[in-house]
Amino acid sequence: MSSTTNPSTHHTSTIGAIGAPSRRNTELALLVFAVVIPVFAYANVGLALNDEVPAGLLSYGLGLGLLAGVGHLVVRKFAPYADPLLLPLATLLNGLGLVAIWRLDQSELLQSIKQAGTAAPRQLMYTAMGIALFVAVLFFLKDHRVLQRYTYISMLGALVLLLLPLVPGLGRNIYGAKIWIQVGSFSIQPGEFAKIVLAIFFAGYLMVKRDALALASRRFMGLYLPRGRDLGPILAVWAMSILILVFETDLGTSLLFFGMFVIMLYVATERTSWIVFGLLMSAAGAVGVASFEPHIQQRVDAWLDPMREYTLSREGVVGHSEQAMQALWAFGSGGTLGTGWGQGHSDLIRFAANSDFILATFGEELGLAGVMALLLLYALIVERGVRTALAARDPFGKLLAIGLSGAFALQVFVVAGGVMGLIPLTGMTMPFLAYGGSSVIANWALIGILIRISDTARRPAPAPAANPDAEMTQVVRP
Amino acid sequence: MSELTLTVMRLGFLAVLWLFVIVAVQVIRSDLFGTRVTQRGSRRDAGRPQQAARQAPPPQRQQSGGRRGRNTPTKLVVTEGTLTGTTVALQGQTITLGRAHDSTIVLDDDYASSRHARIYPDRDGQWIVEDLGSTNGTYLDRTRLTTPTPIALGAPIRIGKTVIELRK
Repeated sequence: MSSTTNPSTHHTSTIGAIGAPSRRNTELALLVFAVVIPVFAYANVGLALNDEVPAGLLSYGLGLGLLAGVGHLVVRKFAPYADPLLLPLATLLNGLGLVAIWRLDQSELLQSIKQAGTAAPRQLMYTAMGIALFVAVLFFLKDHRVLQRYTYISMLGALVLLLLPLVPGLGRNIYGAKIWIQVGSFSIQPGEFAKIVLAIFFAGYLMVKRDALALASRRFMGLYLPRGRDLGPILAVWAMSILILVFETDLGTSLLFFGMFVIMLYVATERTSWIVFGLLMSAAGAVGVASFEPHIQQRVDAWLDPMREYTLSREGVVGHSEQAMQALWAFGSGGTLGTGWGQGHSDLIRFAANSDFILATFGEELGLAGVMALLLLYALIVERGVRTALAARDPFGKLLAIGLSGAFALQVFVVAGGVMGLIPLTGMTMPFLAYGGSSVIANWALIGILIRISDTARRPAPAPAANPDAEMTQVVRP
Repeated sequence: MSELTLTVMRLGFLAVLWLFVIVAVQVIRSDLFGTRVTQRGSRRDAGRPQQAARQAPPPQRQQSGGRRGRNTPTKLVVTEGTLTGTTVALQGQTITLGRAHDSTIVLDDDYASSRHARIYPDRDGQWIVEDLGSTNGTYLDRTRLTTPTPIALGAPIRIGKTVIELRK
């Protein structure tokens, strides 16, 4: 029904009906492409390092292909109208991450300090677990609106997840940031999961409260000033993120949660003033905490003057790190087109070379051209998420999609910005690329939820019920 | 492995990576560049003179702007059929007639179609009746409508057994 003519103009235009093909075959073709690229990279690394096609090429390619195939079949079965890009993009990023991790596994330097060696097989296992969770999300979550029922339980769950690293005996302090918990031999980063759970809470909460937050306000200098009592929620979330900053000393997690809330608040209320308040509050909070928390202070110093940090670390002063400067050198020596797979020296970063600093490996071996392509792949995932939010018909789905893609975008920004020296370095990992089970598994779940929402949003409206008016009109016989 | 091979692979990989990005963008082309919009009828420029020509013929309306206010119908009255006596105020909104439940005037008439006709004001406030492809047609006076037609005050519009007219 696209023929909505506007009688007031004689030259009306028609918006062509947007057909709703399921586009599953497009997804399959892209997915094949997304598996072939990492396999090519894998062969390339082997040829560059050992002059031979790596022995594991077939099993690696089959493993990635199998996981992607399972993901595709499940999407075909349980979310036939889902967005065709999300799954291939995530698969490609995950595959490239695996290649980079495997490439760093080959480094004798990293093997000698036990930073790498067997990381790639483990990462493949984490990927399999991530795909399993992705499948579970699509299988058990038939309608994303069900999540709305768990608004306040989600809040509780998110708080528990965020506070877990502070529990004595459970939390682990890894190089200053307390964002890990240790269960048996596994260490988990609960913040990655809290990201999703918190998005559910914010979406459910803001959907109910957005009118009060949007309408009850005074206009002052072009800005809508909210009433004092409406500032409650933003103050609460702000306080929470400050607490994370103080007690877990992790700027990234803190920034991620507060930023996600401000984005969702802005989308829910359409008031620019929230962005202004959010920026002011996060700046004030970060500066305030940095003034007395030594770990944050040191990160800021390393950001402002990485060369001094590097020299101090070289001189053996405890508590300083060479990594920030080394990452910048890695990017610099990569240049525009990079050194080629396997021919960089990003393993010199040593600690966390395959997790927090994996982008430096890409920067060195693929150069500016490769990193731009990677960032575009991330941007496309975010774009699909925002597009899903635009297309979603229910406000909860809209807010959830915006929150998840906003959190994803913020995480990419915080990590890439940190590694590239744009903002102080934080302890988060590049989604899908970096080595780390929690991150891969949580991000696959995030993609699963986005695919579920986009399936609901793009699904053609059900055929209208039989119209009682549709009886035959009798024809006048002359 | 020779330097040349590695260089070719290095550049080849970047090319393939970018190819993927470009293919992905092609897939969502319609999102980035909007949906296809087709202009109906004549283009804007061509439409102007045609429109002016259409306004010219009824000079009696054109020459007296002041009288137009008095000649504007304010209500629609059903004069024959099961709904006889029903009036609808004309306030610039489109009035649909038919058996469908969502019509402005729901006709209980076997000879009317679900979406039979509609009455709407054009840009100058002149009321127009348009047949929406009905089975038995819409009649203004005695002539069956083929195109949207301006309605004169008091002219009977017949739909099935129902007759309506516009009044001041």
